[in-house]
Amino acid sequence: MTCTEFLTILDDVIDESIAVETRIEIELHLRKCGHCEVVLNTTRKTIEIFQCHEVYELPTEVSERLHTAIMENCKKVR
Amino acid sequence: MSTIQPIAVQDEPHPDVALVAQVRAGDVAAYDTLVRKYERQIFRIAQHITQNREDAEDVMQDAFLKAYEKLDQFQGNSKFYTWLVRIAVNESLMRLRKRRTGKLVSMDEDVQTDEGSVPRDFADWAPNPEQNYTQSELAEILRKTIQGLPQGFRVVFALRDVEGLSTEETAETLGLSVPAVKSRLLRARLQLRERLTRYFGRKAPAIAQAAAAPNGDGAEA
Repeated sequence: MTCTEFLTILDDVIDESIAVETRIEIELHLRKCGHCEVVLNTTRKTIEIFQCHEVYELPTEVSERLHTAIMENCKKVR
Repeated sequence: MSTIQPIAVQDEPHPDVALVAQVRAGDVAAYDTLVRKYERQIFRIAQHITQNREDAEDVMQDAFLKAYEKLDQFQGNSKFYTWLVRIAVNESLMRLRKRRTGKLVSMDEDVQTDEGSVPRDFADWAPNPEQNYTQSELAEILRKTIQGLPQGFRVVFALRDVEGLSTEETAETLGLSVPAVKSRLLRARLQLRERLTRYFGRKAPAIAQAAAAPNGDGAEA
């Protein structure tokens, strides 16, 4: 497997939707290619960081204000 | 800081099915439960698309109200959440269009770029690099980083990786093909990785300090 081939299926590797035989090829490639190993690990970490940390927080007071407005408008509809 | 939990795929029937049925039967309190359940996700999605807090607040209100008004049109062959997200995405794009005085806004905007499609920076990251920053510094770094993505990539990443939609649901929501979603997701992930390496790479202390400073701008967002 080449680096380009690895990169093509990087998303499938991250999402763990890879056939067993391809997985062996990937492991062999990663053993000899430090660059691809870094790209895989840091891409996984990138996703994890975005999943675990709020980029856009909705403060409780804003949430309550919007929530009240939504429900008041909904009650007017029916 | 709370951890963002992606919406898990559940066995049928999804709990929302009963809530939606209750709302249809006139139970407004059941809708209150649905709003509380999804308001943070809808707000985040609106922020990712509009990049404007005021617009995101308006989108959140309009999306929930529109979903309520159109609940009879909800077929139930998709999850309530993905249906709601689709409404929020459309409302967000309409809001952007208004801001740009009627100029057409689409999911294809700015995606014809090769940036980030091939990794260039192979510096490894320190273990748990996010721990070198306070929560507010980290949030600022993540905001700058994701804001720098083309909109068509940013939205795919936000729906698929942050909000936990499947590739198929993301494609359906955005009106894109599954291969298009996969292609954009890969490039979004690689671009974000490349940009975060400037902060988290083992050889990036100067940039990290610049980012941590007030109004620091260590990365081209």
